[in-house]
Amino acid sequence: MAALMLTLESVTYRYAGAPRSSLHEVSLELRAGEVLGLVGASESGKTTLCLVASGLAPRTVGGTLTGRVLLDGEETAPLLMHQLAGRIGIAFASPATQLSGVAATVYEEVAFGPMNLGVPRPELIARTEEALSALRIESLADRDPARLSGGQQQLVAIAGLLALRPAHMVLDEPTAQLDPAGTAMVATALASLATNGASILVAEQKTDLLAGICSRVVVLDAGRVVLDGLAAEILADPRLTDLGVAPPPAVRLRRTAADANLPAASLARLDEAIAQALSQ
Amino acid sequence: MTDLVLEGVSYRYRNGGTLALDGIDLHIGAGEQVALIGQNGSGKTTLVRHLNGLLRPTLGRVRHDGTDVARRTVAQLARSVGLAFQDPDRQIFAGSVRREVEFGPRNLGMSGGQLRTAVETAFAEVGLEEEAGTNPYDLGASRRKLLALASVQAMGTPVLVLDEPTTGQDMRGVEIVKRVIDGAHAAGRTVIAISHDMEFVAASFDRVVVLRAGRVILDGSPASAFDEASWDALRSTYLEPPLPAILGSRLGLGATPTDAELLAAL
Repeated sequence: MAALMLTLESVTYRYAGAPRSSLHEVSLELRAGEVLGLVGASESGKTTLCLVASGLAPRTVGGTLTGRVLLDGEETAPLLMHQLAGRIGIAFASPATQLSGVAATVYEEVAFGPMNLGVPRPELIARTEEALSALRIESLADRDPARLSGGQQQLVAIAGLLALRPAHMVLDEPTAQLDPAGTAMVATALASLATNGASILVAEQKTDLLAGICSRVVVLDAGRVVLDGLAAEILADPRLTDLGVAPPPAVRLRRTAADANLPAASLARLDEAIAQALSQ
Repeated sequence: MTDLVLEGVSYRYRNGGTLALDGIDLHIGAGEQVALIGQNGSGKTTLVRHLNGLLRPTLGRVRHDGTDVARRTVAQLARSVGLAFQDPDRQIFAGSVRREVEFGPRNLGMSGGQLRTAVETAFAEVGLEEEAGTNPYDLGASRRKLLALASVQAMGTPVLVLDEPTTGQDMRGVEIVKRVIDGAHAAGRTVIAISHDMEFVAASFDRVVVLRAGRVILDGSPASAFDEASWDALRSTYLEPPLPAILGSRLGLGATPTDAELLAAL
């Protein structure tokens, strides 16, 4: 069995001044080389879980946490932010929150993180260029990050995270503003990082993206883990809709077809076409 | 009723000199439901910001009902075109949900019962009735986005422009956005939305305009825009047709951009 990399043990978290907890006794295990999908309705606790797993809450956000967050078996609570930053990285849902605001070009923005961790110059350049090319944004290198479209900014923010090369990564709706090709590129980049041993937690509304890259999926409802299992099983679970999560289009289409009492021959043709479309 | 025309509109951002729009000719008639799609950086947001005067063409003209709007202020154009931003945090500024939603219609001169009705109706449409006194930043990101939508919706402008309205919305949020669009359509208003969600585009719009590098490369019904004949053009701007369109084509059923059309054709 692979080593346990990122572990949450019965974590309950409450924001400062909040009347109730946003996470209740959440336990998770994320192994090396694994992509874990996180889904749930709006305000079910996905972003909060991302902040807690990455160590930002309560460290910089405030609030109170009970339970334990462990990286490679080591409790993270006593670690300082800069000790944590080299090991676990987070991409926020909004690139406006992520971008440094001090870099004049996209190139400098992507290099900003590793530069602050003291990465030597030749390696800094190699990492920056690799991250830019992984997301096919080399052509933006000389542009001002503040003058990019929302989707381009999101790609730059993710490239900045890739350049840090953390062993653990948390991404909160990384493809929200991306076109379908950008979404596919991010998926490919994450899958390849996982193959190289990174452990990745990704919160997404796009369940079809999760179906392609995740081994397991966790469903949150009102701050609690209500489903946790193999991606294919969870994403096809009929309870998903009641939990406010849209199933992948293929699952939804298959279900609608079954409910419409189509003849068995038509259903079989549809199934075959879906299987072929998904395999491409 | 507002008839929108862009005539040879080009726009160059000064710093960096990016040509974001490159000779756009587009006519959007009153009451149309238009989805604007295209890869990241293709000029979608730049285009819609020309409709209410937030940006002015470097070349070309924007006309409302035949009149060149170059001399009209953003405040004047706001009576015709309401625009909900992609990032609600660049739009929201008031200390409570109610004051946020009241701001637009109040500036259009609404008061008393009319203002109350406009605000309450917008709250009900997006499900924020219980949050009137809440600080917008105590709402989650997806409800802040619905708040930004309600603020523009309450203005009741003849044209409603939504920049990626379903981004960050869960299934229920997407249904709310669809309901707002259907309601606006039923009231005869024009709806123009930018989106990367092709299933939403196919289900809620009757016209699809595809941009690539600041130019219109496709303009037609969802059935034609997502028909196999258009796939190369779509892919040239990093888009993929929705799953039902791919399946319909594979099964030789013709253009079936939505689940309902595919199942009906099976």
